[in-house]
Amino acid sequence: MKLTSADVEHVALLARLELSPEEVETFTGQMDAILAYVEKLNELNTDGIVPTAHAVPVENAFRDDEVRPSIGVENALANASDRVEGFFRVPKVIE
Amino acid sequence: MELFDLTIHELHDRLKRKEVSSVEATRTMLARIEAVDPKVNAYITVTPEEALAAAEAADQRIAEGRIAPLTGIPVALKDIFVTKGIRTTCASRILGNFVPPYDGTVVTRLTAAGAVIVGKLNQDEFAMGSSGESSAFGPTRNPWNLECIPGGSSSGSAAAIAARTATATLGTDTGGSIRQPASHCGCVGLRPTYGRVSRYGVIAYASSLDQVGPLTRDVTDCALMLQAVAGHDPLDSTSVDLPVPDYTKSLTSDVQGLRLGLPKEYYIEGLDPDVKRALDEAIETYRGLGAEFVEISLPHTDYAVATYYLVATAEASSNLARYEGVRFGHRAEGAANLLDMFRKTRAEGFGAEVKRRIMLGTYALSSGYYDAYYLKAQKVRTLIMQDFLKAFETVDAILTPVAPTPAFKIGEKTSDPLQMYLSDIFTIPVNLAGTCAISVPAGMSAAGLPIGLQLIGRPFGEETILRAAHAFEQATAWHERKAAL
Repeated sequence: MKLTSADVEHVALLARLELSPEEVETFTGQMDAILAYVEKLNELNTDGIVPTAHAVPVENAFRDDEVRPSIGVENALANASDRVEGFFRVPKVIE
Repeated sequence: MELFDLTIHELHDRLKRKEVSSVEATRTMLARIEAVDPKVNAYITVTPEEALAAAEAADQRIAEGRIAPLTGIPVALKDIFVTKGIRTTCASRILGNFVPPYDGTVVTRLTAAGAVIVGKLNQDEFAMGSSGESSAFGPTRNPWNLECIPGGSSSGSAAAIAARTATATLGTDTGGSIRQPASHCGCVGLRPTYGRVSRYGVIAYASSLDQVGPLTRDVTDCALMLQAVAGHDPLDSTSVDLPVPDYTKSLTSDVQGLRLGLPKEYYIEGLDPDVKRALDEAIETYRGLGAEFVEISLPHTDYAVATYYLVATAEASSNLARYEGVRFGHRAEGAANLLDMFRKTRAEGFGAEVKRRIMLGTYALSSGYYDAYYLKAQKVRTLIMQDFLKAFETVDAILTPVAPTPAFKIGEKTSDPLQMYLSDIFTIPVNLAGTCAISVPAGMSAAGLPIGLQLIGRPFGEETILRAAHAFEQATAWHERKAAL
């Protein structure tokens, strides 16, 4: 097996996910199998091939820089799990 | 024939002749949902009050002689479309209480056309899945056989058509999520060309692959739904500013001389015998209608699933970073600090398949692996696109199976994600190429499950595939079959 449980725990931190020991074990096996499968892309020589990010050519879509109505503070906060005055409240950030 | 059995155009004719009101049609549909949805679980949220108010407004419009093709028609939306004031979950616990402050563009357009939205439909969580089993609200069942999956990720959108609990629905298709459930449930499903329909207000999975499309009882309804939602939207910078044709004009049934490609890579060993027989019969039907067949090659087909599961998961890992428990959605209790809160919130909020894809995508984008996985996949995507462009130099459309097998049993593939991913082998290349394709009912398996065929069109070639699909439908009667429920 190429992928280790330590790799999976590192990726989980990057992805801001907390995984149980059982999940780490399951994902290590499953991700290893999937990554082994995608190795088949290396059968193809892609030297000089331009990567495609979007199938349809996309250019910058500009609009006039005008003030337009927005949803407002009350609507923006309506789904917040914790709020205080006009703000989202989060746990302490600075130790 | 009950009111809930009718197509859009049949119900429209009755509404126009004032034989029935939208309120009656809507009440009948709501009663049908109440009667059969406990068995199917196609709906996450039913909105009777809003629907009846919309139906009354539609009846008023009709009384004033202002009837459009969708006016007064009961439709339902995959729960991936944000609806102002109506809970929108994307079938995830993390959005279990999310009530959007705005409508997505397709919702606005359907509402403006006078359609009556009766509810929000079940799906795989965040549209990640091929079976409808990955939903925080329980799996949807196939109305043709309740032991089987309806397909996914637009599971409820297809099952509601087969169960006749909506006249038409909208879904989204990132790797086959409209076409595959349409095939498994015996309905018509169209994935339009990337950029044809606005994605504003569609909860993002893989932004370069996601596209909105209809699931309907027949091809005419499909054209009517596409007509209502297609077109440029200033709120989606990737929507394309091309004129929208009158799609119903393409429903001529004339396929004389139409050149259909048969890609040899799609007619493989291991194709289910019932699927193969349905395709062989479809080819004969088209020959009888005057279409011509050309053997073609899409040589990079075998690399599409691997490419997709790198591109889509990478985009997903980025898109789903927004679920952090601060601005909307679930937040975990008892976290020591901000990082801990993010990690616990996401651990509690996401299901296993969503976590798996976020993990894969994060890995593919992480330092040291970006070139080997993500960039490599984007280059192979170019090769897959070129396969299609080359094929369309010699053919007008491409005829293929939708899925290698009819619907499988619930639970059959949940423990092996790779096997589940491989069931999308015939639909994924279309998303990578960004083009359009339609699934049309084309047969039944020995076990009594529907089988669809896929017609793939050129970019913005929706008219050609609608015409070819309509011709097939007129020559066969598969779309008239109804699931016994």
